[in-house]
Amino acid sequence: MLHIFYSRLRMEEKALYKAAAARGTEVDFRDAGDLVWPDDFENVGPGDVALCRCVSQTQNIALTQLLEGRGVRTINPPETMLLCGDKIATAALLDREKIPQPAWRVASSFDAAVKAAESLGYPVVFKPAAGSWGRLLAKVSDREACEAIVEHKQHMGPAHSVFYIQKYVEKGGFDLRAVMIGGRTATLMKRASSHWITNTARGATPEPFPMDAELEALLNRTAKVVGGDFLAIDVFGTPEGWIVNEINGQPEFHGSVAATGVDVGGLMIDYALDSLKSRSPGGGASHV
Amino acid sequence: MGVVKCPVCDADVRVADDAMVGELLTCADCGVELEVTALDPLTVEEAPEVQEDWGE
Repeated sequence: MLHIFYSRLRMEEKALYKAAAARGTEVDFRDAGDLVWPDDFENVGPGDVALCRCVSQTQNIALTQLLEGRGVRTINPPETMLLCGDKIATAALLDREKIPQPAWRVASSFDAAVKAAESLGYPVVFKPAAGSWGRLLAKVSDREACEAIVEHKQHMGPAHSVFYIQKYVEKGGFDLRAVMIGGRTATLMKRASSHWITNTARGATPEPFPMDAELEALLNRTAKVVGGDFLAIDVFGTPEGWIVNEINGQPEFHGSVAATGVDVGGLMIDYALDSLKSRSPGGGASHV
Repeated sequence: MGVVKCPVCDADVRVADDAMVGELLTCADCGVELEVTALDPLTVEEAPEVQEDWGE
């Protein structure tokens, strides 16, 4: 059986449901916030595929771990969500795999954080290791501002007291977002904004963008090392070439649909149904 | 298409015929995010505030 679990019914979850219905697929479509494990999951078992679309990363990871423990194939699997939900872990993986990204540092004390920022050279960007939609990003242009940000973050609790700092990248007023399904690019869009944060959640304008060979190779390689099934890879253009800024493990795609017209929800359901088929007797494939 | 009153500013909010319980809407007048809580009768409430771990 195909399951779709959600916690807020965004455009994305509705598109997935409609795509499944349009294909005549029986789908268990439920608000995970209403459910108790294991009482409300008696209809879930080995051979099933679940699209886990909770907006809370913590809730989504817990759900995928529970489901995978019962033999359900989750999209994405929990290890992909854990990796993508942690910018430090993602940066470490990209470094290990020699995938280009903005220069970065991690520090865990006031003095070390200021030292890290100075070693990168201003401006720098402080990012929460776990966070999304451009929340709590701080572009810091000098030492005085850096000291203030670090002090403030230290009062925001342990999660904000390990400092992930990127060198600010002059990206020409836009970044790119690629939605990847099964390791291949489904959509590619440009997000332009006069603000240095180019998330569509922050008002950036989405439009389609043509693929080039260098970019495609970078996206394919990144998706391969990250694993999982459904990713959004954010890319900056620099004079030295394309670099990966962030990777999202439970992506929204309303902006990608608006920019490209591609039926991302339909592609995802087709992919999930293929996964379901491969898990039926006589099938075979598992995680990508 | 149904119409409900925004619980924040009392403006009319249009709800599509294919709306589902849990669907999110935005009030065009005040910009508040609303959640459809029932279809018959049609009701909406303010959507929950964004939490720190929400996102992609």
